[in-house]
Amino acid sequence: MDTLLLSRIQFAANISFHILFPVITIALGWVLLYFKLRFNASGETRWIDAYRFWVKVFALSFALGVVSGITMSFQFGTNWPGFMERVGNIAGPLLAYEVLTAFFLEATFVAIMLFGMSRVPNWLHTLATLLVAVGTTMSAFWILVLNSWMHTPQGFELRDGVAHATDWWAIIFNPSMPYRLAHMLIASGLTVAFLMAGMSAWRRLRGDRSAAVATTLRTGIVLAAVLAPTQLVVGDLHGLNTLEHQPAKVAAMEGNWETRGNVPLLLFAIPDETARENRFEIAIPSGASVILKHDPAGVVPGLNDFVGEHPPVAPVFYAFRLMVGLGLAMIALGLGGAWLLWRRRDLPGWYLRALVPMTFAGWIATLAGWYVTEIGRQPWLVHGVLTTAEAVGPVPAGNVALTLTMYLLLYAGLLTAYVVTLYRLARKDSGEARSPSTAVAQPA
Amino acid sequence: MTPFLPPDLLPLVFAGLMAFSVLLYVVLDGFDLGVGILLRATRDPAERDRMVASIGPFWDANETWLVLGVGLLLVAFPVAHGVILTALYLPVAAMLAGLILRGVAFEFRAKAATAEDKRRWDRLFFVGSLTASLAQGWMLGRYVLGFDTSPAAMAFAALATVGVAIAYAFIGACWLIWRTDGALQSRAIGWARSGLWAVAAGIVAVSIATPLASERIFARWFEFPYVVLLAPLPLATGALILGLAALLRQMPLPRDALHSVPFWGATGLFCLSFAGLAWSFYPYVVPERLTLYDAAAAPESLTLILVGALIVMPVILGYTVLAWLVFGGKAKDLHYH
Ligand code: HDD
Ligand code: HEM
Ligand code: HEM
Repeated sequence: MDTLLLSRIQFAANISFHILFPVITIALGWVLLYFKLRFNASGETRWIDAYRFWVKVFALSFALGVVSGITMSFQFGTNWPGFMERVGNIAGPLLAYEVLTAFFLEATFVAIMLFGMSRVPNWLHTLATLLVAVGTTMSAFWILVLNSWMHTPQGFELRDGVAHATDWWAIIFNPSMPYRLAHMLIASGLTVAFLMAGMSAWRRLRGDRSAAVATTLRTGIVLAAVLAPTQLVVGDLHGLNTLEHQPAKVAAMEGNWETRGNVPLLLFAIPDETARENRFEIAIPSGASVILKHDPAGVVPGLNDFVGEHPPVAPVFYAFRLMVGLGLAMIALGLGGAWLLWRRRDLPGWYLRALVPMTFAGWIATLAGWYVTEIGRQPWLVHGVLTTAEAVGPVPAGNVALTLTMYLLLYAGLLTAYVVTLYRLARKDSGEARSPSTAVAQPA
Repeated sequence: MTPFLPPDLLPLVFAGLMAFSVLLYVVLDGFDLGVGILLRATRDPAERDRMVASIGPFWDANETWLVLGVGLLLVAFPVAHGVILTALYLPVAAMLAGLILRGVAFEFRAKAATAEDKRRWDRLFFVGSLTASLAQGWMLGRYVLGFDTSPAAMAFAALATVGVAIAYAFIGACWLIWRTDGALQSRAIGWARSGLWAVAAGIVAVSIATPLASERIFARWFEFPYVVLLAPLPLATGALILGLAALLRQMPLPRDALHSVPFWGATGLFCLSFAGLAWSFYPYVVPERLTLYDAAAAPESLTLILVGALIVMPVILGYTVLAWLVFGGKAKDLHYH
């Protein structure tokens, strides 16, 4: 394997590991703020109990997010020096603003949030919780601005092959940014919703009747019921936007080879890139035309218009189906759960058992979504400006193979430790929980 | 954004900002990596808990200065950024692995199910801190001599590797003198006493080796008028070392007087050594290869960042001070709430 391929695998491994934790901390920060505010307002211990448990999950996820993020910020220089040399004038300020406005904010106030409750006045602790949530969200904003710009670049000119900014407003509000940001923030909300619901359902099934668990379960379900359908709408708009700017990516997502009307929506197929056709298609006639053009006869671009410059079809095609499939499952569970709660029935065992395997579904859908987006951009790194191959550095393949192995081993170990620790925390907390508590405490 | 500074000045301002972040990083993460290195110098689990508690609220923000430093290198001198980081590919990876292990061990040890598990995370905490420090020393040594690969240059890098780890352990010990009391503090005083002499030896060795390795650097230090103008730098360093040695011999003082002085003294040593190195390098970002002016990014982009930095930096410093006030005083056990 050459340096390029190894560097790509390494980048994908690092960012895939990294995103697992931001996708939790971004939304969990807001959920913790919500718990804290409810406690401040009501003084009911179930809110602060829920806060106490989930702040531990937050702390653990945050630490993993920070250290893997530091790895990310070195990757550009160690593996993709061509990236900064060519588009550094644009990527640089965006990354710098992320550090200045987001990283310091969250890194400093997270200390007060995690360790400061007994040292600072309650309002300052609540404020610290708010600032951490703002910080993680701002950091998502800046990095997604950059990432979206790489997909739909504008507001710059090339001088001697180097990009120079001409219009920062156009760079920041590039065409795919609003969709990608909204889709990603909702993805984070859904990941946390199912993490909370799944873990609480598991604890409930093991006989934990504490009020904090019931509260978290309900919060997770309501969050899912609101966000999952929204995600469908936002995802659809995102796809329409991509159709306009990166038609080859959409063709790969749909597995559509020929430009034509009445394109079916493929529920399942095996795309074959050498024969340039699909096998074993199961399809809804004209479905893709309806979704993408809102017209059964709508003409949708096909991969054969982009021979030699479209992304690998199979991974994009499968990952897209995985994401949307999980999205549909989330809608069903979210709305179903909300309905059960609304009818004031106690949540039945079969429903709780259905939530448990969805605990980490957000992670899987998020990764699948990013794989659609990022593999779908190949061979471009910055669409139409810079290819991935042009950006790679001169490091010998053996060195990259060595570091890649190191990262993979490290990540496998840490991921195991993370999941095991969550499991232990949940079990221990359930063990300590007494009968449903109705006690009322004063805010600290 | 339209540049409002003369184009010549911008790279210099950014080099200054970058130096400021790297210096803050070295001092701040230096003390918490140092505490990590010292962690296994005691066997008492309660003492270890207190050592970790003393750095718990700080390490994350401390590390962010590294992200800012490398970020400024990346944004202000993109070409140099590529050259430096590809040349240091393996040590950077080793440092990152160390920082990862250290950062996560914090959390995992706090949530460990058994004492045995906790000891295991303590070991990783130590290994991670040590690896990151050694890797930074190696990178410094390689960088100073412009990535020269001669045996002498490699020997120099090896020296720097050990030197940085010792310097971190020293400032870590000084931090513990300030933030702990009782038996642990006495131990820390002992660590600082032996560390100080190693640090002094390291500073002397580097000061001799650097000018010998490069004629340009030699000229920057020993030609008239520099040799006179710069004389205060080594003199102040020497005085500080002797003063610290005298103080550490007397410690602990009644009522814990002067307990923060060793830490600030160590910080002073770091700053003086840093100033010396900065003077040797200027105007190079990649020693002997690329100057600041060759490597700078477009003025419009730099101006945009500068405006942001000038507005935001004071705010960052402000809330950093707030955090230091909130978590001032002797370290107690940390509790999640
Ligand atoms: C959508 C969200 C998102 C995405 C796509 C990324 N990150 Fe990230 N990152 C975050 C959201 C985030 C966060 C939520 O802000 C984190 C996670 C946990 C944390 O502490 O902050 C974070 C932490 C984090 C840190 C540590 C900050 C600190 O010291 O506090 C760095 C240096 C990076 N990231 C860098 C990157 C780079 C270079 C990325 C892409 C190539 C990247 N992140 C993708
Ligand atoms: C956070 C979620 C993300 C995930 C899971 C992700 C995933 C991936 C994957 C799988 C690739 C490899 C594609 C291929 O080579 O076939 C890739 C490439 C890349 N992505 Fe992303 N990405 C994410 C976010 C970002 C962001 C925010 C940026 C930059 C700001 C970015 C920059 C890049 C770069 C520079 C490459 C080129 C290296 C390569 O092609 O492998 N990515 N990413
Ligand atoms: C429910 C139906 C969904 C639809 C129609 C949908 C649609 C899309 C589309 C079209 C893209 C590709 C964007 C591009 O062209 O680059 C995408 C990307 C992505 N999806 Fe989804 N999605 C859905 C559900 C989900 C769910 C449930 C999650 C996670 C919980 C998720 C997370 C992501 C992420 C993280 C990305 C990559 C970032 C981005 O480009 O926005 N999606 N989605």
